[in-house]
Amino acid sequence: MEVRSPQFRQSAAAALDDARLQGALRQVRSRFIDKRAKGVASLPEFEALRENARAIKNHVLERLDLYLEAYEERVTAQGGHVHWARDASEARGIVLDLCRKANARVVTKGKSMISEEIGLNAFLERHGVAPVETDLGEYIIQLRGEHPSHIIAPAVHLNIGQVRDSFRAAHTHLPPDRAMEAPESLLAEARGVLREKFLSADVGITGANFLIAETGTSVIVTNEGNGDLTQLLPRIHIVLASIEKIVPTLDDMSQIMRLLARSATGQEMSVYTTLSTGPRRRGDLDGPEQYHVVLLDNGRSNMVGTEFQDMLRCIRCGACMNHCPVYQAVGGHAYGWVYPGPMGAVLTPTLVGVDKAGHLPNASTFCGRCESVCPMKIPLPKMMRHWREREFERHLVPADFRRGLKLWAWFARRPFLYRVFAGLGMTVLGLAGRRRGRFARLPLAAGWTAHRDLPAPQGGTFIGQWKRRRGAGR
Amino acid sequence: MSGRDDILRRIRASLGSGDGEAGRAQAVARRLKRHPRGIIPDTGADTGADTVARFVDKARAAAATVETVRSANVGKAIVDFLRAHNLPQRLRAGADERLRRIAWPKGGEPEILAGASDGDDVTGLSHAFAGVGETGTLVLLSGADNPSTVNFLPENHIVIVDAADIAADYETVWTRLRRRFGASKMPRTVNLVTGPSRSADIEQTLIMGAHGPVRLHVIVVTG
Ligand code: SF4
Repeated sequence: MEVRSPQFRQSAAAALDDARLQGALRQVRSRFIDKRAKGVASLPEFEALRENARAIKNHVLERLDLYLEAYEERVTAQGGHVHWARDASEARGIVLDLCRKANARVVTKGKSMISEEIGLNAFLERHGVAPVETDLGEYIIQLRGEHPSHIIAPAVHLNIGQVRDSFRAAHTHLPPDRAMEAPESLLAEARGVLREKFLSADVGITGANFLIAETGTSVIVTNEGNGDLTQLLPRIHIVLASIEKIVPTLDDMSQIMRLLARSATGQEMSVYTTLSTGPRRRGDLDGPEQYHVVLLDNGRSNMVGTEFQDMLRCIRCGACMNHCPVYQAVGGHAYGWVYPGPMGAVLTPTLVGVDKAGHLPNASTFCGRCESVCPMKIPLPKMMRHWREREFERHLVPADFRRGLKLWAWFARRPFLYRVFAGLGMTVLGLAGRRRGRFARLPLAAGWTAHRDLPAPQGGTFIGQWKRRRGAGR
Repeated sequence: MSGRDDILRRIRASLGSGDGEAGRAQAVARRLKRHPRGIIPDTGADTGADTVARFVDKARAAAATVETVRSANVGKAIVDFLRAHNLPQRLRAGADERLRRIAWPKGGEPEILAGASDGDDVTGLSHAFAGVGETGTLVLLSGADNPSTVNFLPENHIVIVDAADIAADYETVWTRLRRRFGASKMPRTVNLVTGPSRSADIEQTLIMGAHGPVRLHVIVVTG
């Protein structure tokens, strides 16, 4: 997928002006947040589980090489195959190779962010293999030639009218006067169309929420059941997973599983959690004949041991974006690549480079809500700050911004002058704005005043007030 | 260098090699062998609270229908369910021996299609390996006894679970799996199923019956 993160500012501005998108984003705000709050409240042990989940993942990351080896050994012992991919292009090559060996024309796909990360669909299409997304949201955006705007609700930016139009355009074999009003009819229509694909596909590709080292098992979590049909019906099942998905044991997986659905959709448990270990066994009447796992690195091994290691605990629940005021305002596409919201603001620069994605860690108000809801206790704001520092060090920040900061820093190092000028500025602004109490326009501050008024300052500078109050308190 | 070796080498380089090697390997081996249980939510099971009742409540909350019957009445419960929903008296089911023990009402035995489902079946019947009281979750194992396609392709899914097999938490089920299949071994597929299939991908509206069953009916068998 093309990286469009450098255009973040323009994309964000366009998103703010898009009334349809803003309507859809209001749903994110109300629904996801309430549901998560209820899900969390239903489990008194939630906080203790967060602590333990963090400890489990930290334990793994410090021994990631060893756990990967143990996992591979178990997969192989049960008749599966593990393929290691250094980067996106190696991963795509491995998948295409497996498809070609199977003479595959149609490939069904369960939801996988790794597939998005490596740009698999476009690549397969270019090479004569037709990928069919089977998660309803993914299917809709595939029909529209779009990319997901949310990691667990890929089509959250669309309304039902847009879905209807896409189905009308794509399902031309169905009678034009069929019922399409209710969302139920649209779901039934997709179910029917995709059922045929499930039954005719040669290869099924899924992601993985967890890889379990103890048993060599991959785990997917869905509500629709599409992931299960994807991996159950074709002759070949390919699992796409990044290396940090490893957990040691079934018990460790269960600890994190208790956090995942509650943080994502507010459910206590998703409808289908499926543990897959190797191919069809002797006596089995269904299931794939071959089971392959593609383990993707793509820059993650370099995050281990750095200030970004904590990001590798992420379980892709989406809570950070649901609670992010920036995501709520601009939606997922503005972030310009696969991973949006706070987790994307941290991850995208590591995976595509800070030169391209440096805007993302700057799109934060540092309100800290993402960290406070993250089930894996990932210090997202701190890591965004790391990126800002790196970006600044590498002179990737625009010149006028740097000059402004330098000027401020010069004053900040000279407290007396700082106070004099801050006081002066306040007095002038306070006097100029005293009639209306706010400014609709100000020189040098158009970026702010174009969208809202700036209140006129009153009551003295912060330092002045601090002094007075401390004096009063004694 | 192969991709595998390269990735492992990079991880080791990032971690900083050194003195802890033996200790790291030991810690991994120990955890895999001992699989510590971690924090188990208090479901009240150890103070005698009713795990089966909790399972029933939670499964209903997840939109499954549940009934509790004595083993002599399982056949009647199935026939009644099919009739109540105007479904053909025909079931797709695997070779689970518990199926043969079902006592059907006289003259009312439904037709049983044996084997995996090919997508044309209206109703599937499975026997669960276990239930989990914590969330009302069914645990189904793949194999000739209960082919996984039966769990997903038919629009209606009836699952029979013995009350004695309903555990308070997932961890208890893992312990039973290890005992049954051996340490670090698993059946090809373990399906944890909590309610019927659903999607909220159109305007965040929850609709039941996506790609899996529209209806999930659970029959809990006591004694
Ligand atoms: S960073 Fe945390 S909150 Fe965000 S998706 Fe990852 S695990 Fe969820």
